[in-house]
Amino acid sequence: MSILKKLALAAGLATALSSAAMAADGMTVGFSQIGSESGWRAAETSVTKSQAESRGINLKFADAQQKQENQIKAIRGFIAQGVDAILVAPVVATGWEDVLNEAKEANIPVVLLDRGIDGPEDLYLTSVASDQVKEGRVAGQWLVDTVKDKDCKVVELQGTVGSTPAINRKKGFEEAIAGSKNITIIRSQTGDFTRSKGKEVMEGFLKAENGGKGICALYAHNDDMAVGAIQAIKDAGLKPGSDILVVSIDGVPDIFTAIAAGEANATVELTPNMAGPAFDALAAYKKDGTVPPKFIITESKLYTAADDPKGEYERRKGLGY
Amino acid sequence: MMRIPLARLVNTQTIALVGVLLLNWILFPGFFKIEWQDGRLFGSLIDVLNRGAPVAILAIGMTAVIATKGVDLSVGAVMAMAGAVAATLVVGGYPGWVAVAGALTVGLLCGLWNGALVALLDIQPIIATLVLMVAGRGIAQLITEGSIVTFSDPTLVFIGTGSFLGLPMPVVIALALMILVTLAVRKTAIGLFIEAVGVNRSAATLAGIRSRLLLIAVYAVSGLCAAIAGIIVAGDIRGADANNAGLWLELDAILAAVIGGTSLLGGRFSIVMSVVGALIIQAMNTGILVSGYPPEFNLVVKAGMITLILMIQSPFAGRLLTWFGRNRRKGA
Repeated sequence: MSILKKLALAAGLATALSSAAMAADGMTVGFSQIGSESGWRAAETSVTKSQAESRGINLKFADAQQKQENQIKAIRGFIAQGVDAILVAPVVATGWEDVLNEAKEANIPVVLLDRGIDGPEDLYLTSVASDQVKEGRVAGQWLVDTVKDKDCKVVELQGTVGSTPAINRKKGFEEAIAGSKNITIIRSQTGDFTRSKGKEVMEGFLKAENGGKGICALYAHNDDMAVGAIQAIKDAGLKPGSDILVVSIDGVPDIFTAIAAGEANATVELTPNMAGPAFDALAAYKKDGTVPPKFIITESKLYTAADDPKGEYERRKGLGY
Repeated sequence: MMRIPLARLVNTQTIALVGVLLLNWILFPGFFKIEWQDGRLFGSLIDVLNRGAPVAILAIGMTAVIATKGVDLSVGAVMAMAGAVAATLVVGGYPGWVAVAGALTVGLLCGLWNGALVALLDIQPIIATLVLMVAGRGIAQLITEGSIVTFSDPTLVFIGTGSFLGLPMPVVIALALMILVTLAVRKTAIGLFIEAVGVNRSAATLAGIRSRLLLIAVYAVSGLCAAIAGIIVAGDIRGADANNAGLWLELDAILAAVIGGTSLLGGRFSIVMSVVGALIIQAMNTGILVSGYPPEFNLVVKAGMITLILMIQSPFAGRLLTWFGRNRRKGA
C-alpha cells in the first residue's frame, strides 16, 4: 500500500510540475452528474473529466440518468469510498438535506455545479453556477451598443415557459434594454429551446410582421432556437445577420459556424467549465482551509465575429455538444 | 365507393377547421395572404400545411392502428430514431438515398417489432408500444451520442424544406401518402378487415381474416409513417435532434385521429378526417404564433379549443341539436 501511495504521489508530483493547482494533486473527487439530456450537459461532463485529468485529480464519475435517487445513491457511495470531495449537479432543488448531512458528518466538502438547492447553505462548501440574468443582460447590452440610437424592433424566442433560464434570460435582456427607448420587444413566444420550434415560431413572427420587414433583431434564449430561426429567416428571403440581427445565449459549436458565415451576430457563452473553478476552490480549501465564497459565478463572455468564431468552433466540436 | 359526395365533406371536422382558420383570420388579418416567393408559395396558410404535415403523416398510420383497437405510442421515438439514422448515415459519407432507405428500414423494423408484440405475444398495444417509446429515444441518443448531428445532404434537405409545384415537400408527401393509404383501405377489402378486427378480433379471425398478419402489417405501416415524418423533421432543421425530435407527437397524432372521428374502441375510421384533425391542431398552433398572445396562454388556449371541438362532436351535442331542431319545428 505504501508503494502505491508513493507511486500516486510521484504521479501527482509529475503533473504538479505542469499544473498550477498544486494542492489538488492526488485528490479523489466524486462527481454525480444529472445525465446527458443536452449537448451542453455532455460538454460539461467531458470538460470536467479533462479538467480533473490536467490537475492530476482522480475523478469518480456517476451518471444519474435524470433521477435524484441515483444521485443520492452515488453520493452515499462516494462517502463510503472516502473520497476527498464531492461535486454534484443537482437534478432537482429539494430533498438533499439527509445525504448532504451525511457527507458533512464524514467531513467531505460538497460543491454544487450549475444548479442550486433549497436548504441550509452550510450543507455545501460552495456552488459554481452561471448568472442567467447576467447572460440576458450581456446579450441586451450588445444590442444596445450595436444599434445605438437607431429604432429597433426585437422579436424574442423564449425558452420553455416557466423554466428558470427562460425567466432569468428574459429578465436580464429587458433590464439591459430598459434605458433605450428606441429598442422595443414587439413579439415574444416560446420555442421550447429546440431548433424545430425555433424555426416554426420564427416563421410565424415573419408572417405576422409583414414578411419580417419590420423586424430589426432576434433575441433567442438559446443558440439552438437561433439556429432554427436563421433558417426561417433565409426561407423568407431575408439575410440573417444583416437584415435581422441575431443574438443568442449558450455558445454551442453550431452558432459559431453561423457567426463565421455572417448569419448570426453574437452569442453569450454559458461555459461548460464549471468544474475548473470548483477544483480551484477545493484545492485552496484543502491546502490551507481557505473558505471560498458561497456562490462562485462563472464568466458570461460575449462572442462576436471578431472573436475568431472558426477557432471557437474547432475548440468546441469535440466536447460532445 | 370512391365517389366523394360533397355533402360528406361538410361535417364537424371540416366545420371546426374552417372555424379555427376564420378565428386566426380575425386575430391576424393577413392570415390568408399567400405570396409567390423564390418559386414557392409563402404564407401562414402554407405554414399550417407544412408544419402540420409530420403530425398528419403520423396520424395516417395511427388511425389504421387505432381502428384495430390498438394504439402506437412509439411513433415519436421512431421519428427520433429514423432522423438519427438518416443523419448519421449522410455524415458518414453515404448518399442521401441510402440514408432515406436506412431510416425507412428502421421505421419498418420498429413497426414489425410492435406488431409482433401485439399480434403474436398478445401484449396490450399500449404497453407493447410503450416499450419502444421509452427505449427508442434512448437508442436515438446512442446513435447521435447525445448531440445534434447536423448535415447538408441535398436529398434530405430537399425532403424537409424543398418544394414541388410550389408546395412544400412535406405537404406533397403527406398528401400522396393520404391518397395512397385511402385507396389501399377503401379500394380493397383491407379497410373492412381492419374495422372487423377492431370491432371483434375473435369473430374476425373465425370469419377467416388473418388477423395476426393484418395487425403486424398495420403496425408496420405506422412505423413507416413515423420514419417518413422523422426524415422530414430532421431535413427541416438540417440536423437530427434525438432529444426533441417527435417529442410528444404521438399524443398529437392520437388526438388528430380522435378529432377525425376514429373511435379509440376500434372499428370506424377515416384517414382523410384524421389528416383534417392534424390540420386543426396545427391551425391552432400557427394561430397562436401569429396572434401575438404571450406564450403562457398557449396550452390553455389549445386545451380550451380542443375541449370545444370534442364537445361539438360528442353524442350529447348531437342530441341537443336534434332537440333544438324539433322544438323549433314545434314552435313554428
